[in-house]
Amino acid sequence: MDTFITGKIDVKHVSIYYGKFRAVKDVTISIPDHKITALIGPSGCGKSTLLRSLNRMNDLIPSSHIEGSITFHGMDIYERSVDPVEVRRHIGMVFQKPNPFPRSIYENVAWGARINGFQQRLGHPSLDEWVEICLIKAALWDEVKDKLRSSGLSLSGGQQQRLCIARAIATRPEVILMDEPASALDPIATLRIEELMRELAAEFTIVVVTHNMQQAARVSDYTAFLTMDHDRSGILVEHGNTPQIFTNPVDSRTEGYITGRFG
Amino acid sequence: MGENHAPVFIANLVSRNRSERIWKNLLQISTLIGIIFLIVLLLNIINQSFGYVAIGYRVPPAKLVGPGQTLENLDIPQLAGILRQRVSPGLLKQLENDTPLEQFSQVNLVNLVMAKIAKPEVVKTWSFWQSLSMREEIKQEVGQLPETRLVFFSWVRPDLVSNSQSSNPLIAGVRTALLGSLWIILIAIMVAFPLGVGTAIYLEEYAGDNHISKVIRTNINNLAGVPSIIYGMLGLAVFVRNLAQLTSGAWLGFSSPETANGRTIVSAGLTLALLVLPLIIINAREAIKSVPDTLRQASYGIGATRWQTIWHHVLPNSIPGILTGTILAISRALGESAPLVVIGASTYITVDPANVFSRFTALPIQIYQWTSRPQAEFRNLAAGAILVLLTLLLSINAAAIVLRNRYKRY
Ligand SMILES: Nc1ncnc2c1ncn2[C@@H]1O[C@H](COP(=O)(O)OP(=O)(O)OP(=O)(O)O)[C@@H](O)[C@H]1O
Ligand SMILES: [Mg+2]
Repeated sequence: MDTFITGKIDVKHVSIYYGKFRAVKDVTISIPDHKITALIGPSGCGKSTLLRSLNRMNDLIPSSHIEGSITFHGMDIYERSVDPVEVRRHIGMVFQKPNPFPRSIYENVAWGARINGFQQRLGHPSLDEWVEICLIKAALWDEVKDKLRSSGLSLSGGQQQRLCIARAIATRPEVILMDEPASALDPIATLRIEELMRELAAEFTIVVVTHNMQQAARVSDYTAFLTMDHDRSGILVEHGNTPQIFTNPVDSRTEGYITGRFG
Repeated sequence: MGENHAPVFIANLVSRNRSERIWKNLLQISTLIGIIFLIVLLLNIINQSFGYVAIGYRVPPAKLVGPGQTLENLDIPQLAGILRQRVSPGLLKQLENDTPLEQFSQVNLVNLVMAKIAKPEVVKTWSFWQSLSMREEIKQEVGQLPETRLVFFSWVRPDLVSNSQSSNPLIAGVRTALLGSLWIILIAIMVAFPLGVGTAIYLEEYAGDNHISKVIRTNINNLAGVPSIIYGMLGLAVFVRNLAQLTSGAWLGFSSPETANGRTIVSAGLTLALLVLPLIIINAREAIKSVPDTLRQASYGIGATRWQTIWHHVLPNSIPGILTGTILAISRALGESAPLVVIGASTYITVDPANVFSRFTALPIQIYQWTSRPQAEFRNLAAGAILVLLTLLLSINAAAIVLRNRYKRY
């Protein structure tokens, strides 16, 4: 039970539209198992849009629609018969701004497990134990173990973000999507999140959007660089090993962006 | 450079401070005017609710008892004797139908003597202010009247709530109207709350941003401004006329010639439910809209269904706003009289509503009816009833506020 089967995601010729506007154009990318893939690129190039499409969070935006296919374990998640709720149970999400529920720390973690049919069974952790396990994995347990009943909103920003990560892993996903998870945090809290991501990579497949080049270089195994085409829609420029992308990019646009951002 | 600019800064500051002061004063004045109006309103009601009353008697109690005695300290045989002596044989027979007078309680007998023989009635009333400022004149004036007692009377009295309607203002009460009002708002809220909150959830969480839902949203906002008398006409046409079979309770075996026409509490409650529905929908929609989208995303992001998201996150976080709307709705429903008059509220009934298929009257109707009587004492009575209505309103609102604050834990 505690060993998760991890899968991989294949994005093939995906275009994503908001109304008539094409925000992402013909992206093909493969997300490897048990690795951290970073999505980088200038603001507005469609990183968040692409990320949200991986667990069908875009469905919540009525004007959006998608072309192409995204497969998870070889199954097209946009197939008519696929339940988006089920997709999100396997592919969880952590957002840019920490958004814990206005409830107790314990409830923040337990609720996700409970609605996902957490059941107490012999030889398996109880709900209390499961909350503890998730908080330990999210490197938050020591800081909150004495105040599990106080509000999730009473924590600092960095703690709140780790609580959101604990909440995401409590539903036993295989993949965790993170949209700029550390952008609202100070450098030390950011480092903690990065360490945490490295630890979680042992168990989960992680896709992370970041504006912070150092962060992408430090934390990810693979990096994908997206940019805006002349019609303002996002395209994938190049995708590969993180060291290779940062030291020896193939495309001049990647090089320009990375050197510019490293200042 | 700083020195060069400093005077300019000060000059700006002076004129800005002046205009700010003017605005501040204007706003203060308008607040003050509002408060003054409120105080005047309250003082006026209180002024009417308390004061001297000159009470005359058909037969003064002093004439019924020996010197130095009062009615209250007579014993049962004495009181029974007075009754046998003074009351007509027919009435006596009616009184003694079940038990002889001697077995009545003493208090009961005193009340009977007062009601059947002494028959107190209001001769004249004075307002609270007059009672304070012209005490001596009033006493003198009443002293000249034969067989008249001057009492300082509170028109808000315990039996104002417990007595039913009567043509004698000294004992008339609002029980029937109060029960009618409570029944009506109970039905109105029980119907309008789930309907309104359900509609708000649908409009905010399910309906897309298409043309039809936009038209619906605008129209609901407009409905909140429709005069209440129009709702009364709607209620008359639908609940009283067309659905008389249902609203008279005939289908459940409640049949009475008085209510067969559908002029019942159900019709009134449903009409007011329609009236407050837009109010509840609008407030619930605002409350649901104010729940941040990040909360919904958090919920969907960990695999919650739409209903789980609504039930566990959206609704609990919008309850304060929803309850605010409900408070407004209750207050509105309690104060409405026009639509109730249109659908046929009774103006003079003394029988309490037995069930939701009864005839009814409501507090504001009762108050209106009393204020429109020519005798001054009924206006005092109306002021007392207004205080009852206000108390009821404040206590319902207080209950809702307590409920609301319990949901603001985090
Ligand atoms: N809900 C939406 N409705 C309409 N257009 C949208 C919506 N969300 C994003 N867009 C548009 O899609 C494009 C890509 O947006 P997206 O948020 O994916 O960019 P991003 O790469 O994440 O940018 P940033 O780095 O600033 O977060 C932008 O042009 C944006 O205006
Ligand atoms: Mg983004």
